[in-house]
Amino acid sequence: MRILPCADAGLLVELDELEQVLALHAALSERSLPGVLDLIPAARTLLVSLDPERADRRALAEEIRRVPLTGARSAGTGSVGDQPAGGELADRGLLTVPVIYDGADLDAVAELTGLSPREVVDAHTGTEWRVAFGGFAPGFGYLVGGDPRLEVPRRAESRTGVPAGSVGLAGRFSGVYPRTSPGGWQLIGRTELEMWRTDREPPALLRPGVRVRFEEVS
Amino acid sequence: MSEPDTGTAGNGEGAPAARRLEVLRPGPLSTVQDLGRTGLAGMGVGVSGAADRSSLRLANRLVGNPESEAAVEITLGGLWLRAHGVLTVALTGTSFPATVDGRTAASNTVLTLPSGSELRIGQCRTGMRGYLAVRGGIDVPAVLGSRATDTLAGLGPEPLAVGTVLPVGRAYGEFPRVDAAPVTPPPGGDLTLPVLPGPRQDWFTDSALRALLGEPFEITPDSDRVGMRLSGPPLPRYETSELPSEGMVSGALQVPPAGQPTLFLADHPVTGGYPVIAVVLSAYVAVAAQARPGQRLRFRAVREPSEY
Repeated sequence: MRILPCADAGLLVELDELEQVLALHAALSERSLPGVLDLIPAARTLLVSLDPERADRRALAEEIRRVPLTGARSAGTGSVGDQPAGGELADRGLLTVPVIYDGADLDAVAELTGLSPREVVDAHTGTEWRVAFGGFAPGFGYLVGGDPRLEVPRRAESRTGVPAGSVGLAGRFSGVYPRTSPGGWQLIGRTELEMWRTDREPPALLRPGVRVRFEEVS
Repeated sequence: MSEPDTGTAGNGEGAPAARRLEVLRPGPLSTVQDLGRTGLAGMGVGVSGAADRSSLRLANRLVGNPESEAAVEITLGGLWLRAHGVLTVALTGTSFPATVDGRTAASNTVLTLPSGSELRIGQCRTGMRGYLAVRGGIDVPAVLGSRATDTLAGLGPEPLAVGTVLPVGRAYGEFPRVDAAPVTPPPGGDLTLPVLPGPRQDWFTDSALRALLGEPFEITPDSDRVGMRLSGPPLPRYETSELPSEGMVSGALQVPPAGQPTLFLADHPVTGGYPVIAVVLSAYVAVAAQARPGQRLRFRAVREPSEY
């Protein structure tokens, strides 16, 4: 673990893997830490965002180092001892996402993975995913727990306008674009579910801890 | 000065609920801002809010509002408004030439707008942003707990346009005793901002950090509430692999592959995929937000631990 300051506005905690990030996020979420404004998990880091006037960075860094992370294991692979998997992400229910698998990169993903397009769809619908963290845009969730065969790089060139509802893959993650935006993920399909609406509570369907099943529709 | 909030406006405008500001001209960009949304990063929602938070706070203090009340953030000026109902307002941030029905109105003072009067805010000569607070606050509907317009995420009210009506909330609390604040307007010319190197200075060559701390960086016109694109000596990377996206803070100097940094302001993305070479200290992000294209920034390193 490395704890790197972002001047007086944050502490960026760098960890070895996502599971440790989620474990640290869960542990810190339960504590009341003076001067901490927000916790922003990502693939390998947890940003502890700070109120510079109230936070004692040194004391916080010490407290962060004392959090045990040994129970963390791969997300979605069952439990280890008394610890639930996935870094103790709270379970926020199951969301079924209906998908039309006609994405522009479906054939490219098939080629990259050595699967047929049919097998790509079966793999994507075959496991339960879980939102690990957000961050790219309001309502976007990085989903983990997929079939390892679906790990693909981002596209070499990102698109300037990926339509809202596009379902994509990048690295070990899957995700759904909540609104039309630039993006470099490999697009395999689309859903008509509205992932983000501010007139709804909660506005985001995909929040950390939500479990997701993709379901093929035509 | 009379207390304008007790009772009706006295000219047939009716109860305080009817008090409002009508936009006659919006200027290049005027938005409603408060101190933003905290605690929603998990949903991908950034903080947003006033780019120069200390000026927003001051404007609210002058009119006796809580510091977090919503006000109008004016970019470069050019905003004309009509008051409906008697309104108590204050203008802070950069110094604008302003008039109320043709009479000069000073910045950083408490102003009374008679019902039907026109407040005309001209263009500022230095600085970028001003704040118009009104006693009672701008009472547009809050989205996710804030009235701020997040220009990147598309949250909050639309930027002001001709005909936009801004309802004014009910004032509460005591009226303050100060009616003017001594404030120096934002300076032109080169600015020096204190930074702490990191969190990713080890992704850069030693010469990159020397260049960042030794050379000036000019603010390019490609600058907005999300961030300021800077132009200066290139900041070469040592580590060329792809950085997994990570959380970003206001004041971060993020360096894309081309080697020219972007200084993140209020509407910066929650996460970013390029390394941050250094971060401007919080108190100086407001100073940066008042610097305009063509001005140059210099960065000075503060002596603090770069790792805990």
